[in-house]
Amino acid sequence: MKYNGKTLCVGDHIDTDAIIPARFLVTTDPVELGSHCMEGLDPEWIKQVKPNATFLVAGRNFGCGSSREHAPVAIVGAGIPVVIAHSYARIFYRNAFNMGLIPLEIGDEVENIKPGDELEIDMTAGTIANKTSGKVITFPPLPEAMAAILNAGGLAEYVKKQLNA
Amino acid sequence: MALTLAQKILKAHTTTPVTDEALQPGAIVNCRVDMVLANDITAPLSIKSLRTMGAKKVFDNTKIALVMDHFTPQKDIASAEQVKGVREFAKEQNIVHYYEGGNAGVEHALLPELGLVGPGDLVIGADSHTCTYGGIGAFATGMGSTDVAAGMALGQSWFKVPETIRVTVTGKLPEYVGGKDIILWTIGQLGVDGARYKALEFDGEAIEALSVEGRLTIANMAIEAGGKAGLFAVDAKTLAYAQAAGRKGDVALAADPGATYERTLTLDVTNMEPLVACPHLPENVKPVSQVKGITVNQVIIGSCTNGRIEDLRVAAAVLKGRQVNNNVRCIVLPATPRIWKQALKEGLVEIMLDAGCIMGPASCGPCLGGHLGILAGGERALATTNRNFRGRMGSLDAEVYLANPAIAAATAVAGTISHPAAL
Ligand code: SF4
Repeated sequence: MKYNGKTLCVGDHIDTDAIIPARFLVTTDPVELGSHCMEGLDPEWIKQVKPNATFLVAGRNFGCGSSREHAPVAIVGAGIPVVIAHSYARIFYRNAFNMGLIPLEIGDEVENIKPGDELEIDMTAGTIANKTSGKVITFPPLPEAMAAILNAGGLAEYVKKQLNA
Repeated sequence: MALTLAQKILKAHTTTPVTDEALQPGAIVNCRVDMVLANDITAPLSIKSLRTMGAKKVFDNTKIALVMDHFTPQKDIASAEQVKGVREFAKEQNIVHYYEGGNAGVEHALLPELGLVGPGDLVIGADSHTCTYGGIGAFATGMGSTDVAAGMALGQSWFKVPETIRVTVTGKLPEYVGGKDIILWTIGQLGVDGARYKALEFDGEAIEALSVEGRLTIANMAIEAGGKAGLFAVDAKTLAYAQAAGRKGDVALAADPGATYERTLTLDVTNMEPLVACPHLPENVKPVSQVKGITVNQVIIGSCTNGRIEDLRVAAAVLKGRQVNNNVRCIVLPATPRIWKQALKEGLVEIMLDAGCIMGPASCGPCLGGHLGILAGGERALATTNRNFRGRMGSLDAEVYLANPAIAAATAVAGTISHPAAL
């Protein structure tokens, strides 16, 4: 599976109140939540997102704070299939897989990605090709259990298959 | 192998027996859960996921707690619709522990009080502050709604065995210093991601001397250091608390001597000053003397961190015979109906009303910027809550400081961040 797009970059410790402020948690609809993605950081942020052609790139501890699954849902709902970060907060990381959002964790390599860079992410090869800088970043394959959840389209679909098996 | 508290509790819950060696940090274990929690924000997503999973029934209708506390009393039509959906689900599944209205309170104050969680339990909740129950010796951790839905369907979940950071607290707590200050200090030391994927374990003479309520306050904010759980040994105090909550058969529990810790932090509280976390991260911790004099527009006393009876007693002692500053809204939200009633009985409510406080319902309210005290741009609040992220309590241009209930009460009176001794 390959993904192409341009990056939008955010800093360290982006919390779930920044990703989706609590006042929008009165719905579970992905499109509605997606329209407010990152509104707690910058109300205009969403305007720069091109559905299926934007990657969110973050620093340390992305998704810290609350357990709200609405955070990865809002990102997926905004049309962003992959997040790349230095590191993730534990609950967000687990939620991302469950919601079908790919969270790539690449540590200090994240410094080689700049705002507006054009990337091609190859999930099978485990590479992020930065077409702007010419650099290629590799990442380890996802743990098998996590890949299975993602491939099923999230944990709910995964458990459904298990229950029907 | 000598085990930490986290390893011991996980071991007692694995779905198939495991050796100690299978509990090395990083190992993944499948465990039975004793209680599964969701609230008015997270339960709707859990229910949606349960339906997608095709699960017809929850695993045990007595082991699921659904607490409507964040946007309740329902603040608008959308939140009322969400609560309605959860209520209907609770009826359909015959969920015994459904709380809405007069029996509801802030979930992490309510569940220990009702004895629904207790020593040695394994608890998962679709709320990051589920870690609060570590204060009574439960391994409790927050997860997302869908993980929790899987827990509701199967009665089990997978856990990565965490490394543990030990925090040893010695000395005797001075007046106006409490559990809140111990955890703010810890977060200041570790940073907001210093305990990522890890458990925290608290011990030492100051912890032994601390009440169960104080321990709950500390465990509550383990997540603010990124922690998976904040754990305390189960001692005579814990057992008395659990018994008073109507539980039976709980036993003492401690980490094995010689258990392996990732590292140990030590704190002597003897001459400690109350601490304040400054905007916009809980790790921006300073002694109150360094931030005194900063003006505030609002003070919040409440939440799952510091909304228990002990906290209200501390605040009332400072407010007694004094007046809330004219430029401050001081909002007090006792965390559960039982705490409300107790505060009324003890005369604390009268003291607070006389001082000019606004007494609100047992709700999360402004803690997460839901309702009952939202900040305008340029406004500043000091709260006994647990998070001061930008925009957490309202406008992106507002500021939130975090502190203990004594500092909160003194600040409400002075109108600027203050120590009670300076009033
Ligand atoms: S009081 Fe605040 S932190 Fe606690 S459960 Fe409610 S919103 Fe969350």
